[in-house]
Amino acid sequence: METVVTNLQGVPINHYILFCSIIFAIGVIGVLIRRNVIVIMMSVELMLNSVNLLLAAFSAYKGDASGQVFVFFVMALAAAEVAVGLAIIVMVYRNTRSVDINALSRLKW
Amino acid sequence: MSAIITLSLLAVLLLYLGLFKAKKALLPVSLLGLLAAIVLYSIQWDTDAEPLYSGMVLFDHFAVAFSILSLFITGLVFLLSRDYFDSISEHVAEYYALIIFSLTGALLVVSFHNLAMLFIGIEIMSVALYILVGIRKRDFSSNEAALKYFLMGAFSTGFLLFGITLIYGATGSFDLTEIKNYLIANPHSISPLFYSGILLLIIGLSFKVGAAPFHFWTPDVYEGAPILITTFMSTVVKTAAFAGFLRLFLTCFVPLQDFWAPVLLVITVLTLFIGNISALAQQSFKRMLAYSSISHAGYMLFGILSIGAASAGAIFVYSAAYSIASVVAFAVLILVKRSRGSEHFEAFNGLAAKNPYLAFTLSVAMLSLAGIPLTAGFVGKFMMFSGVLANYHIVLLLLAVLNAAMGIYYYFRVIVAMYFRPADREEVTVNANYKAVLFIGALLTIAIGIFPSLLAGWL
Repeated sequence: METVVTNLQGVPINHYILFCSIIFAIGVIGVLIRRNVIVIMMSVELMLNSVNLLLAAFSAYKGDASGQVFVFFVMALAAAEVAVGLAIIVMVYRNTRSVDINALSRLKW
Repeated sequence: MSAIITLSLLAVLLLYLGLFKAKKALLPVSLLGLLAAIVLYSIQWDTDAEPLYSGMVLFDHFAVAFSILSLFITGLVFLLSRDYFDSISEHVAEYYALIIFSLTGALLVVSFHNLAMLFIGIEIMSVALYILVGIRKRDFSSNEAALKYFLMGAFSTGFLLFGITLIYGATGSFDLTEIKNYLIANPHSISPLFYSGILLLIIGLSFKVGAAPFHFWTPDVYEGAPILITTFMSTVVKTAAFAGFLRLFLTCFVPLQDFWAPVLLVITVLTLFIGNISALAQQSFKRMLAYSSISHAGYMLFGILSIGAASAGAIFVYSAAYSIASVVAFAVLILVKRSRGSEHFEAFNGLAAKNPYLAFTLSVAMLSLAGIPLTAGFVGKFMMFSGVLANYHIVLLLLAVLNAAMGIYYYFRVIVAMYFRPADREEVTVNANYKAVLFIGALLTIAIGIFPSLLAGWL
């Protein structure tokens, strides 16, 4: 464990922050511009995983384990969310035969 | 905490009751469970509140008051569920269990004392709701609402988490007290990560409460979901999200008010105008209520904007008034939709002649939502606006009053339709549960309007 922490600390923290922000931004852009629901979900996962990486890095730098525990919470809840989300996508696919979100435009004013 | 454990067990018990085909027992058992939770919370009222479980949750007056409000409103929603869920599906127990699970998440959100608990609470609350919104499996609009809600919910969770992470990076802790101590200890050398963290948290929480410009999912989801689920979402979930929002800012971020208040100010004004102007144009009562819930989110943001000792009480009274009136409005909508098959304003034409009781209670609810004196909504708006007046300038108050005037127009449309537009229609049959809920709702709305101290003294 100690070597992992020292290895993590070998890279300056600013690099982690920058790297994770870039991944997060890629995720956000993916959600906003992609039209396929599955790809949107992958982009959301990218956002969550950039958060996980940053939490682990901060945790190693602060010498505080709570950040890593939080990563487990994020993973567990993200898994629960994906399970429900995929079920919803399957349900929508059965009705519309499509996973394109442009097909979803019935509710409008 | 015992109340939260009781509710989690209650939900599992309800699933078993469903398994053993004990349909008749579902409603009484859930109501008893809610009552037990309310009692467990009331016992805690005057004991010394200390953070429990290594500072994870804190059941202070704020948490207990909002929890009891959420439990009470959920009880009203359950009373309305008689005959409602049965008509949608065979498997009724799932509805009750999922609503209770979602409520458990809401209770965690109002009593968190650690950012991990805020995240977990929001997720428990939302994941159960994604299922509830899409529970009409063959209905296209329910499908669409579920997918939109899910995507927007997951997206906003990302922002919320990134904000939490940056704040952790700056302070080295998720605990609210530690974060506050960090701010007090370093007033001049706060890490830039902290500022970005606050902005991301504002974005994430604005998504959850449905504040503009992050409101675009709200109308579609509220319209597509089954009416009773919409009722639950626009009352309990919104109240809990606001309580969590306020708790975070009240406990931690007050010293940085100069930084985040302008951002929140822009969000508030946008929310008010977008909510009200769009509500003016609606033809469907349900969609109008969805936009009105956006505008009410705007009014409630005033409470966070003028943050101080009084804002918790103001948001509590406002959300109580808004939730009770909304439950009454949605209950009447369920009955009208059942008899006329339409959610449009025209479906309400001539309701007063055949069902004077329905028309009267709906009018009380609409007056309360519009903020007319002698109703609970007026007390809420008054407390909110006086907080703004104490902290900010007149221009903001004028904008708010202008919006309140716009609100009166669209809320009165339905009253005009009921009383002054004659139409041939059948009498709507109302069962005893609905009568009771309408009675409780109208009575509380008027009682709080005449004796504001009933609620205002709680916080």
